[in-house]
Formats: sequence, C-alpha cells, structure tokens
Amino acid sequence: MALLEVDRVGKQFGGLAALDDVSLSVRQGEIYGLIGPNGAGKTTLFNCMTGLYSVSAGAVRLEGRAVHNRPPHEVVRHGFARTFQNIRLFANMSALENVMVGRHVCSRASVLGAVLRGARTRAEEAAIRQRAQELLHFVGLERKGRALAGHLAYGEQRRLEIARALATEPKLLALDEPVAGMNPSERRQMAEFFLKLRDSGVTLLLIEHDVKLVMGVCDRVAVLDYGKKIAEGAPDAVQRDPAVIAAYLGGEV
Amino acid sequence: MLDFLRARPRLALILVAVLLAALPFLVGAGLGKSWVRVLDFALLYVMLALGLNIVVGYAGLLDLGYVAFYALGAYLYAWLASPHFGLHLPFWAVLPLGALLAGVFGVLLGAPTLRLRGDYLAIVTLGFGEIIRIFMNNLDAPINITNGPQGMNLIDPIAFGGFALSKTHKFFGFAVSNAHLYYYLFLAFVLVVMFVALRLQDSRIGRAWAAIREDEVAASAMGINTRNVKLLAFAMGATFGGLAGGLFAAFQGFISPESFGLMESIMILCMIVLGGMGHIPGVILGAVLLTVLPEALRYVGDWQRAMLGHVAVDPADLRMLLFGCALILMMLFRPEGLWPSRQRKRELHAADEVAEHESASVYDVRG
Repeated sequence: MALLEVDRVGKQFGGLAALDDVSLSVRQGEIYGLIGPNGAGKTTLFNCMTGLYSVSAGAVRLEGRAVHNRPPHEVVRHGFARTFQNIRLFANMSALENVMVGRHVCSRASVLGAVLRGARTRAEEAAIRQRAQELLHFVGLERKGRALAGHLAYGEQRRLEIARALATEPKLLALDEPVAGMNPSERRQMAEFFLKLRDSGVTLLLIEHDVKLVMGVCDRVAVLDYGKKIAEGAPDAVQRDPAVIAAYLGGEV
Repeated sequence: MLDFLRARPRLALILVAVLLAALPFLVGAGLGKSWVRVLDFALLYVMLALGLNIVVGYAGLLDLGYVAFYALGAYLYAWLASPHFGLHLPFWAVLPLGALLAGVFGVLLGAPTLRLRGDYLAIVTLGFGEIIRIFMNNLDAPINITNGPQGMNLIDPIAFGGFALSKTHKFFGFAVSNAHLYYYLFLAFVLVVMFVALRLQDSRIGRAWAAIREDEVAASAMGINTRNVKLLAFAMGATFGGLAGGLFAAFQGFISPESFGLMESIMILCMIVLGGMGHIPGVILGAVLLTVLPEALRYVGDWQRAMLGHVAVDPADLRMLLFGCALILMMLFRPEGLWPSRQRKRELHAADEVAEHESASVYDVRG
C-alpha cells in the first residue's frame, strides 16, 4: 500500500480551480518530486495535504487513514510533517528551542506535570532536549543550538526547519522548495542530505523548481501544470514527455 | 558586591528572604503605616501582572480586559463572604472558587476570540472587560445581586479560625497591624504564582505558547493544538486574576465597580510592558514601580504648597503626565522594558547587532 495517497483532489478558490482531479501516490522509502511551472498548484496541493487548506473534492490518505480537512496539528500527529516555502521558523527562539517545540507531539506533560515537575516530567524534558540535540547534529547545526533562529544564515535556517519537522518523528516529510535561493554547491550538499534522510527511513516529498536537482535525487516525479497532473513516473521518462516539455518551454496545446 | 552574591546563590536567597520579611517593618517605621498598605497593593498588582504576563508575554495575546477576571474574583468573594447574601464561607473555600470562576470566564472569553489577533483581539477583550464592569454596575435591580454603583461592603476578612487578619495582633508584646499581616499573606501567594509561572514558562507548554506567539501557522504545523493552548493561556491568566480579586475584596472589605475600570487593565498591561514582557523579574519590577511611584507623587502636592503657597498643578494630573512621558521615553529608548530577558533584548536589538557586526567587518577590511 502507498504511504501517501492523493485521490482525485480538487481545490477551488471561488471560480478558480487551483487543483483539478490530482491523484498521486507516494511509496514508503522513496523521494518523490513534485515539479511544475510557477502557479501550477504545487504549494496549494501541499497545503491541502497538510491541513492548512480544506479540499473541495477528493481525499488524501496517509497509510489508508483520511487526513484531508483535518487541522494541521492532527495531520502532524499521523506522521506527516512539512516545511514552508518561505521559511517559518520561530525566529526569536534559539535553534535548540525550535527543535524542542517540534517534540510537542511526542511528549505529554500537562500543566500539573509542568508545575510539579515530577520524575516523569523531568525525564521527558531531558529526552526532549537530547533528541533535539541529536537532530541538530544530524542536520549539522550542533554548534548553533544557542543561536537565535533568526540570526542563522539562510542555508542553516533551511536545515533547522527540516530538523524541527523531523522532531515530530514523521513517516513522511514534505519539503516546499528546500533549495530555493541556494548556490550550486549548497544545492549539491542538500541533495546529499536528502539521500541521507531517505536512508534514515523518512519518505520525502519534494517540491522543487530546480529540475536538475529533482532529476538527480528523486525516485519518481510528478508534474503539475495549471492544477492538473500532466505526467508521473521515473525522472528520465518524465523529462522526455512531450506534455512536460510543452508546459515548461511553451508549445502547441 | 553583586558578583560576590552571584557566586553564593544560597546566601543571596537568605538575604532576599530576610529583606522581604523585614520590609513592612522598615517601611512602616520609615514612611508610616499607609505605606505598608501601598506595599500590599504592590503585591496584589504583582500577582495580576504575573497573570496577565502569561496571556500577553508568553502566548502573545493582547488582552485589554484583564481586569474583568480581577472583578469576578472580587465579586465572588463578596457574594460568598459578606452580609449581602448572608453567606460567610471561609476564605479557603471562596478563593479557589473565585479563581475557578475567573478561569472559566477566561475560556468563555477566549473561545470566540480564537481567530482574532493583535488589534482585533485587543478591542474584543476591551469590550469584555467593560461588559463585566457594566454588569456589576447595573445588577442591583430587579434582583439586587451586586448592589450597583454603591458596591458591597463589610466583606469578611481572611481569617484562620478565630485569627482574623483584619485586626492588630500582639506577638510577644509586639503589635503587628493588619497591613503587615496581609503583606505576608500576599507575599506567600505571590511566591506561589511566581513559582507556577516560572515552571510553566520552562516547560513543553511554555514552549508551545512561545511558538504560537512567534508564528501560529508554523506552531500548528509542529502538532500544537493552537486552540487548546491559547485557551489554556487565557484560563491560566484569568485564574491568577480571580485569585488576586478575591484577596483584594478580603483586604479592602469593600468593592465597587469603580475599582475595575479600563484604566486598571491598561495599568496592568503597562506594568508588563514597562518591566519587560515575558520576563518574570521584569514584570515584578514593573508592577512594584507603577504601584509605588504614583503614591510617591502624591507628595508633589505638599511640596507645591510649601514652595508656592498653593497647589499649581494637581498631583493626579501630574501623575498621568509623567506617566505618559515615561512610557513614550521607554518606547523610544528601551522598548524591551527595564529588565528584559536576555533573549527579548536580543530580539529588539537584533538589527543593531547585525549593523554592528557589519560595520565591524567593514573596519576589518580597512585595517
């Protein structure tokens, strides 16, 4: 069974169909790329999947469980985390605290627990801190734990956002344009990092403009254009698809 | 001296404890008994400011109607422990009930305002504060519930068995007045509230509040149930407000709607902003300063009479003038408050830091 199943999802904004009958399925353990020209509906699809938007039609299922039209915090709880196109860190909290916030779903201390701070709460808090440190190490930010997130360099912020999403222990991690604004060497590093992430057991769903990167790291790719899926398959096959070439370079319809 | 104490936290703690215990006697001997009452009020405001700080400072929800919870706590105390309804329940039953009632109203106010932020939230909460006050002002007919603008009096003092805090007691031939006794009671409550606020701040829940303050969408994408966490902030803040209200009613023995106007809400908010939002020592400093300074300014009238022979500027007007000027100056030169947390200081001066860093590197190039 597919890990994530997007089943004929449609999204209307008034009279505008931002998504129309989009279906795709992401398998356990792969890197799945979602590409398409500007305004094709990639981020809209992301928002529909992760609960920020409601869907107008269709369904999104994670491990067979419907997650569409559920609030974002429930989607995360089911093991589906995401990052944002325009980085949304908690800029005035330290890098470590950002990741610790991500442990929210994996911890349970209540008000009473927090006030009394019994043995269980203390152990939980220590575990949160330790896991957050590990994740910072994993993304290569172990020296930046005390820095304010807003003060980090751009590439570091991108990686911190991934660490924070990983802190929710997702089965599926959706990254919205994770290498936007990076230079070629940073992009190469990120590509390697994605492979490392996949090998650690997280399935990745990637929105990207950088076709070269997508073709390099993705196991399968889907192409969106004007809210419709126009192609899906292995990267090199998709690259040769006439409909894809037409969408990117313009051509006869 | 400070470094000496910083290296010996236990000694510093003992010194602070001794100072706090001796304070009402020092103040009473030095400035007179009325100043001990000012101290009592300062402690009440510290409690209120710490409560509002949870809503405004931690969760970032601008609440301009906080005094409503103070009023609810005070009125509940008066209803259950005064001749008005003939009920005289003991304080240990009434105070928690008042806190609970205020907490419930905190949720009732929070629920419809969950989607509102910033200015919009401020306006709605301001309205809520006024609604409660106007209710208290008008609920004397057809059934007399609140006794209207006349307020309710003869409210029972806090009493442990037969030991009422409203009387002067003798300990070993040493007279201790009611103001002193309430001081110790309020101090104990302040310590409890402080403890709870500190523990909450440094917990999973405190981090969730901070995350919502920073970016609500990202917080929900981290699995935080923003609805529940916001309601929790409203409820916790309101609970402390209700507790302070009950203590206020017992201490004064008299309450009327006049004590719960919009100015009170604004004052409490100012204490937080002036002291340092989200930072407990700062909030306490702000609350103490804003309670004590207006009292001190009362002397300005006497000085004028002594020097000019008449009062040229009414001290009450002068208070508001100085107060306004102080706030403007603060916002210009120290927007993070008098005693901010290290982090908040960095937030507000992040731009300076970057600029400093950049100009430093420019000099490096030149050098």
